[in-house]
Amino acid sequence: MAVKLPIYMDNNATTRVDPRVIEAMLPYFTEKFGNAASRNHAFGWEAEEAVENAREQIAQLIGATPKEIIFTSGATESNNLALKGVAAMYKKKGNHIITASTEHKAVIDPCKRLERDGYQVTFLPVDRHGRVSADQIAEAITDKTILVSIMAANNEIGTLQPIRDIGRLCKQRGVLFHTDAVQAVGKVPVDVEEMGIDLLSMTAHKIYGPKGQGALYVRRKDPRVRLDPIIDGGGHERGMRSGTLAVPLIVGFGKACELCANEMTAETARLLKLRERLRKGIMDQVGETYINGHPTERLPGNINLSFAYVEGEALMMGVKEVAVSSGSACTSASLEPSYVLRALGVGDELAHSSIRFGLGRFNTEEEVDFVIDHVVQAVNHLRSMSPLYEMAREGVDLKTVQWATH
Amino acid sequence: MAYSTKVLDHYNNPRNVGSFSQADPNVGTGLVGAPECGDVLKLQILVNPDTGVIEDAKFKTFGCGSAIASSSLATEWLRGKTIDEAMAIKNTQIVEELSLPPVKVHCSVLAEDAIKAAIKNYQDKQPSPKEEAALA
Repeated sequence: MAVKLPIYMDNNATTRVDPRVIEAMLPYFTEKFGNAASRNHAFGWEAEEAVENAREQIAQLIGATPKEIIFTSGATESNNLALKGVAAMYKKKGNHIITASTEHKAVIDPCKRLERDGYQVTFLPVDRHGRVSADQIAEAITDKTILVSIMAANNEIGTLQPIRDIGRLCKQRGVLFHTDAVQAVGKVPVDVEEMGIDLLSMTAHKIYGPKGQGALYVRRKDPRVRLDPIIDGGGHERGMRSGTLAVPLIVGFGKACELCANEMTAETARLLKLRERLRKGIMDQVGETYINGHPTERLPGNINLSFAYVEGEALMMGVKEVAVSSGSACTSASLEPSYVLRALGVGDELAHSSIRFGLGRFNTEEEVDFVIDHVVQAVNHLRSMSPLYEMAREGVDLKTVQWATH
Repeated sequence: MAYSTKVLDHYNNPRNVGSFSQADPNVGTGLVGAPECGDVLKLQILVNPDTGVIEDAKFKTFGCGSAIASSSLATEWLRGKTIDEAMAIKNTQIVEELSLPPVKVHCSVLAEDAIKAAIKNYQDKQPSPKEEAALA
């Protein structure tokens, strides 16, 4: 069977909206267009009901109660609100925040701003699989620590963090725990009660919902978490995030969460099978290919591979019918390879050679087979013109060569 | 960012991929860049000792499509040129020919560096006038 080209295999970046989600959203663009804050007519009541229904669907997916869901424009805003909101509200208690070096920029950059504003931030190193341990956090906590922020799953390498252990530790030590769970929610089980999570960032577009809609879970009891808002206005969302709610997007987000909750078991099994088919298919045919991230504790749909002696962007050109992404510097303007891969201690040369494959709900086995064939061809083509491959074949140890670094 | 048709053409049909023996006294080899920077270019020239003309050129490149295209183009330009003409090749000419965007200018710089390094290596291998006199 012929596959339809191009193939989208970059589902850690974003996902296609599920047709069932679109269907749920459509009426809220047309006849049900009310403002959920309009308390005195049917248009408003209808919109409010839809929002509250979505809040319930979202809360259920993460084991929260609906009142604990605060709508935002996306996970970047959720992360900013969690970090800056807690920092401002609890500054009398302390000024220390703990996070990790492999967090998304939407956590790292707000932390850096807080540092400039006088807060102390500890960026913990990770092990070679990209994990931090609860022990590392225990050692880093001081009497000034107000917040620990550790992502649930990494966007580049798919590594899952030991969230449950970290949550338990934070409870014991009386420190708030925030997790950027953008990649994990809807893909692996997340339960704020069982995992001791106080704040959790999530977004619709990574789970087959619309772009532009996120949420922040804010715990209401044991402890009741308070936040200084970063957007002031009409006092929506319990005063934590003012602004008219995007009702159609929220309805889509709710529907997307409901679908994930209902289908997670089957979808995880299917994605794991596809991922292993892809990984094995490539690694069996191409030597000196390495997995970045944890071999097993990773998102079911994610595999990140480094192909020695081949540069990532060149490889992407070789499989131009397939949308994937690379940790190569050449894909960014900075000329620096992925800071996540560097944090793992993957050599820079292997960081330049990395490709992230993000499988999702709409990928098929035929697509996986197409990708395997084309990746293998492209790697062979590029190795045939790689001076590094030639030198390695001749027995030159590339680490001993004096390179003219530029 | 879309690639220019010329970059794509060189990527898909690279010219003059390969290697000469570095032991050959008429071969000059330039190896520039570093794996941790994401680009390594190996460019070789085969010079006719009687005429001083570059008769053949070959490359191998680890790097993005623009780096591959820059080195492939360089080998095309080098063939048939004298050493002096080859020394005059500028990275800006490569940028222009391949329509490289600003973030890819360093690929052309590397190609120019590789040309100069290959020529220097060739010249270093040639006996100096004093040595020649001694031989005679």
